[in-house]
Amino acid sequence: MNDKKFNALLGAAAVVIVSIFAGFVVTLVVQSLPAAKQEGVAFLYGSTWNPVTTKFGALPFIAGTVMTSALSLLLAVPLSLSAGILMGEYLRAGWMRSVLNTLINVLASIPSVVFGLWGIEVVIPLVRTLATLVGAPPYGAGILAASLVLAIMIIPYMSSMTREALLNVPAGLREGAFALGLTKHEVVTGIALPFAKKSIFAGLLLSLGRALGETMAVTMLIGNATRIPNSLFSLGNTLASVIASQFNEASSDVHRSAMMALALILLIITMLAGWFGRSVMRKGMSSYGK
Amino acid sequence: MKRTIPLRAALLVGLALVGLTVAAGAQTLLGSGATFPAPAYTKMFDEYNKITGVKVNYQAIGSSGGLKNIQDRVVDFGGSDSYVKDSDFSKYPAQIVHIPTVIGAVVLTYNLPGNPNLRLTGEVISKMYLGSIAKWNDAAIAELNPGVKLPNLAIMPVYRSDGSGTTFNFTAYLSAVSPEWKSNAGNANSVSWPTGIGAAQNAGVAGVVKQTPGSVGYVELAYAVQNKMAVAAIRNASGNWIEPSLESISAAAAGAFPADTRILLVNTDAKAGYPISALTWIVVYRDQKYGNRSLAQAEQLAKLLWWMIHDGQKYVSALDYAVLPAPAVKAAEAIVKSLSYNGVPVLK
Repeated sequence: MNDKKFNALLGAAAVVIVSIFAGFVVTLVVQSLPAAKQEGVAFLYGSTWNPVTTKFGALPFIAGTVMTSALSLLLAVPLSLSAGILMGEYLRAGWMRSVLNTLINVLASIPSVVFGLWGIEVVIPLVRTLATLVGAPPYGAGILAASLVLAIMIIPYMSSMTREALLNVPAGLREGAFALGLTKHEVVTGIALPFAKKSIFAGLLLSLGRALGETMAVTMLIGNATRIPNSLFSLGNTLASVIASQFNEASSDVHRSAMMALALILLIITMLAGWFGRSVMRKGMSSYGK
Repeated sequence: MKRTIPLRAALLVGLALVGLTVAAGAQTLLGSGATFPAPAYTKMFDEYNKITGVKVNYQAIGSSGGLKNIQDRVVDFGGSDSYVKDSDFSKYPAQIVHIPTVIGAVVLTYNLPGNPNLRLTGEVISKMYLGSIAKWNDAAIAELNPGVKLPNLAIMPVYRSDGSGTTFNFTAYLSAVSPEWKSNAGNANSVSWPTGIGAAQNAGVAGVVKQTPGSVGYVELAYAVQNKMAVAAIRNASGNWIEPSLESISAAAAGAFPADTRILLVNTDAKAGYPISALTWIVVYRDQKYGNRSLAQAEQLAKLLWWMIHDGQKYVSALDYAVLPAPAVKAAEAIVKSLSYNGVPVLK
């Protein structure tokens, strides 16, 4: 294959990908119009979602999505950073590393419905016990249960990105630091992590994207109540979970359209998070060791 | 260029699939819609295939999806748990008709210490789901259940999080018996629940009820029977306590039956009828000549529908669906006979 043909092929692939995305966005926008026309800007901050009276507001779902994603990141970051550092710095060879590595890879490949089932059987009863202890309603399901399982689901992404980033730290840097008499701990926190922070942050963004859009497991665990959650034990719904729940049997055209609008909001939130993350990366982490 | 091999293979597979679909067209009827009657349909279509060789492919994609496919004329028939309202007829390019196929019911199940047999009224159920009856030992429940020891336990209502015909029928019943429910929550496939927790599908609701002491949930009868769940007897419009059973559900449709078969069975007048019973329908166009449909295709469809309301009925009881009672069969017969092809009746 000559260069000309190869370039044409690549160009064609690029055009296809771009047009798929454009078509995707256009579809969402066009299909959202009826709901957008009916509700106006209030769609974004309205807290009623009533298919019977066809009054639709997205706030409960935006709140549920943001809460579960933020909480799951909060839970997952310390764990995945530790696991990543362990694998990238301390267990660079040996059976323990392969065990940990395999486990985390397996974790990444478990289908989310399995996480959901496990959540129903294990996490929900645990949270229910906890809720009873602190005097919260004994639902079990809710924001906390969904966030806990989400956290476990995103650990593999962040920990493998951390591991890879640390493994890519040039050996020269490390050897130089040791030669200057730095301890292992100092090398990790002072040299390796700052060098790797960009990739680690990218792992965080990837995890955030996953958490924002995760559907199956969250739908199974969040309690599917259209209310703005006001505590860890509240029931809720996310943008993705309400679409998964109600789209198939939407009771009116505007109901269907309102869910298209939710999908658009989810897309925009995910893109904004990515864009924000990348700009932070560019500005705050332009060079290492600052 | 090694890389093109998978592409070529994919193209071949694609072509083969197209070929299969075309080849199968002649002896295949295509339907899609409600998930609730899907097990009964699968069984019926399997038997029908053995008898006639006609293959019926039914995709359980949900009632709204089935109706949408009929609107778009991409299937021979649509399955729906709710009938098309007069105001929605204009969405269809031609006149549609409804043929009832089987009857199901929504039952109340609960998780209480010892799982006693409970009696509930529509009003009490609506108040439980509105949150105004919050404890199991509430006087309103105790009054209906003399001799049953009711615990001082919070009631946790469980509902279907996914839009469903089951929810439609359950909320239709509550709306029929409780003005308060009608104005606060109303009737649809998904409603805005004032309280309680949502779970997906019958299995999800049953799972939460099983896990949570004090919970109450609604599921399809077939599901409750197959999983041996405790179900409540409910007082019907005639004042009789009715346990959900195939007989009491069938009885709900044994009263006056409209010629177009579009009737909600909830809160039935029938004396022995279970009050949260529900029909499910197959929706087809009255005149079968549209698109590039052949007369043979129309005949096959009409014959299938005729078989479903007669011989097909004997397969449904084993799957815990109630059979159509005589008045419903009679109305359905008239409708199947009215199917035409370019104005000429399809069935002779």
